[in-house]
Amino acid sequence: MKAKVYVTIKENVLDPQGNAVQGALHSLGFSEVGKVRIGKFMEVELDAADRAQAEAQLKSMCEKLLANTVVEDYRFELEG
Amino acid sequence: MKFAVLVFPGSNCDLDMFHAVEDTVGEQVDYVWHTANDLSQYDAILVPGGFSYGDYLRCGSIAQFAPVMQEVRKAAEAGKFVLGVCNGFQILTEAGLLPGALIRNNSLQFRCHPVDLVVENTGTAFTNAYAPGETIRIPIAHGEGNYYVDEQTLEQLKANNQIVFRYQGHNPNGSVDNIAGVSNERGNVVGMMPHPERAVSELLGSKDGARMFTSVLNAWRERNGAAIGR
Repeated sequence: MKAKVYVTIKENVLDPQGNAVQGALHSLGFSEVGKVRIGKFMEVELDAADRAQAEAQLKSMCEKLLANTVVEDYRFELEG
Repeated sequence: MKFAVLVFPGSNCDLDMFHAVEDTVGEQVDYVWHTANDLSQYDAILVPGGFSYGDYLRCGSIAQFAPVMQEVRKAAEAGKFVLGVCNGFQILTEAGLLPGALIRNNSLQFRCHPVDLVVENTGTAFTNAYAPGETIRIPIAHGEGNYYVDEQTLEQLKANNQIVFRYQGHNPNGSVDNIAGVSNERGNVVGMMPHPERAVSELLGSKDGARMFTSVLNAWRERNGAAIGR
């Protein structure tokens, strides 16, 4: 099974990289751009009996390692 | 007293930490590899700065699962003295031994210069040789030293007197409440972004960091009876 994992900095935590990119877009003339947030995208291939098991495994991976839940949120999508 | 300086792949302040112990207190100190599974002979464990495991994913995120970290957990629970500096601080927060997280400096720049710190808590094992409210000068060198805790945790830190150092004057990284270092509730585990091991001699520009090492020797002597000494 394939999973896409998205890790983003929490809304209430400063994202200096996002702010820098927002500034760059503005200076290129994209004045329509509001807030920009930068996160991480990971593709994970895993062996799982079914969807429910895969979800449980991914949750555990995110909580333990892939995201630092003090400052980051995570979500994932399963393919197939 | 016996000190351990942990060495992870990518540690680069381990030599400075080792020599800081030798130069300030002259007690026995060993390098301990990240695969070690016994720290029982050590009284103080120093987690040095650097880029453990290349800082892949997040600073300190992979190092928290190194075999030696299980032993650091045990040592912390047993009340032994644990100090994490810079990447070591990041590792201790990732491991859950200290609250909060370190994120990218708000300037997006790597900051490398001396800073003035206020010693907020002299009740920890690493700060008993300072005067309360004293200002000391210690260098920083980090790109991700912006300490973050949510408001509720910040209130807890204040209530428990866990804020050990604050930046004085300019805040170099945007950390919440100007925090430069914190401790656990018991005060035996301390983490900080500035590098005391780089401030142990006037030749280095400051020797204000030296008393962190004499502090922990004081704490150990107090615990083990003042008769033990050099």
